[in-house]
Amino acid sequence: MSFEVPEDRKYSSEHEWVETTDGTARVGISDFAQDELGDVVFVELPSEGDELTQDEEFGVVESIKAVSDLYAPVNGTVTAVNDALEDQPELVNDDPFGEGWMLEVELADDSGLDELLTADEYREQIE
Amino acid sequence: MTLRKPPLRDVHAGEGATFTEFGGWDMPVEFDSIKAEHAAVREEAGIFDVSHMGQIQVGGPDARELMQKLTSNDVTELGRGDSHYSMITDEEGTILDDTVVYRLPDDEDAEYLFVPNAGHDEQMHRRWTDHRDEWDLDATVENVTDEYAMYAVQGPDAPDLVADVADGSVTDLSKFDGKYVEFDGVSCWTARTGYTGEDGFEIIVPVEAAQAVWESFDCQPCGLGARDTLRMEMGFLLSGQDFDADEDPRNPYEAGVGWTVKLDTEFVGRDALEGVDAEGTDEEFVGIKLVDRGVARHGYDVTDTDDHVIGEVTSGTMSPTLNEPIALGYVPSEYADAGTVVRVMVRGQSKKAKIANTPFLSD
Repeated sequence: MSFEVPEDRKYSSEHEWVETTDGTARVGISDFAQDELGDVVFVELPSEGDELTQDEEFGVVESIKAVSDLYAPVNGTVTAVNDALEDQPELVNDDPFGEGWMLEVELADDSGLDELLTADEYREQIE
Repeated sequence: MTLRKPPLRDVHAGEGATFTEFGGWDMPVEFDSIKAEHAAVREEAGIFDVSHMGQIQVGGPDARELMQKLTSNDVTELGRGDSHYSMITDEEGTILDDTVVYRLPDDEDAEYLFVPNAGHDEQMHRRWTDHRDEWDLDATVENVTDEYAMYAVQGPDAPDLVADVADGSVTDLSKFDGKYVEFDGVSCWTARTGYTGEDGFEIIVPVEAAQAVWESFDCQPCGLGARDTLRMEMGFLLSGQDFDADEDPRNPYEAGVGWTVKLDTEFVGRDALEGVDAEGTDEEFVGIKLVDRGVARHGYDVTDTDDHVIGEVTSGTMSPTLNEPIALGYVPSEYADAGTVVRVMVRGQSKKAKIANTPFLSD
């Protein structure tokens, strides 16, 4: 099975994606991750203003069959949370790189972006 | 440990199923999505490969006595082709397994067929043969688990679907009745039983016909994931999770299946259970609904409103039908009434919950 891995973003080895625009990063989980989890029924996310530390847990995504921790792919401050996931957690399955985004983060100076995987590197990890 | 494989393991893999270890078996957990499979069974029909369930045949002149002494329900009530749900208990009345006991037609080699849970077939075969020898009974006990596949076709459309494929009538079978029916020219034990809360059939198929019979049903293939959400919505027990003789020993009264215990029969555990019946139980198996957002899972603590631990969740999920978080577990009897407010500790956060009647789905 082949999974979508958009070239315009970076990936953590824990299957989060990061799309950066002018010092802000949008964060979600990959197509591979949503497929592994199955039907997502609940997403627990931090609040605006919370600080994220790379590789530390920042939330939880629950599918019918499993609970999975979310790990921060970057260092920064949460500036927006996708409230739509509260009522429609299935957006994570339906559109993981679009409507199923989770957070927006104002990147810290030591954002840790350099430690993330390119699309090619991530593709290698999941294949 | 090498996992046991259902006969169609590789066929399922080819259909894109994902697998999980269950009771020592490598079983399909999901074919499409749990939600889609669950909905198919509630609204139309789905087929499950449940070949991990054990099959043990018991025959001979003392077959009835052996079955009566090792299961809690009254085997003498079973006519030819009848079946019932029953418990297998030890001397202390602890549930070792739950099972369906079928009484077979009189032209078959065996008198009874019973279906232990995944991974229990060898243990139950040994239990039956050991007691047969100890009691000096004249009975044959054969573990035929590896000779058969077992399928469950479940859902409101299942009767018509199975009738279309069967060579012979099946819709004349009442609930818990069974008979031999030919599918694709092969005689299969077919009973109007199942564990989803829907109408349907369980079909025990000789291994050599496993693929042909599976492929003859044109409906949604379903994995153990949907089987679990379906049975949870009904409040049905899962062996190894809602009771476990080693890790969470429970008697049938605590587990809410006291109706399967017939104290006017003689069976292993009867005397202990008579005492439990007279004295009542300290804890009860209940339904729990989370009021706050979150999902309760196996092993999470149930607390009172002051956060004192009073019990434990044994099964939990987001109900695909209700779109609400539901759970099953044990609480002290004084907390067991529907509507009682409790809390469930979900990963360190105390979530408001209420005791609920089961089945969670009402007709």
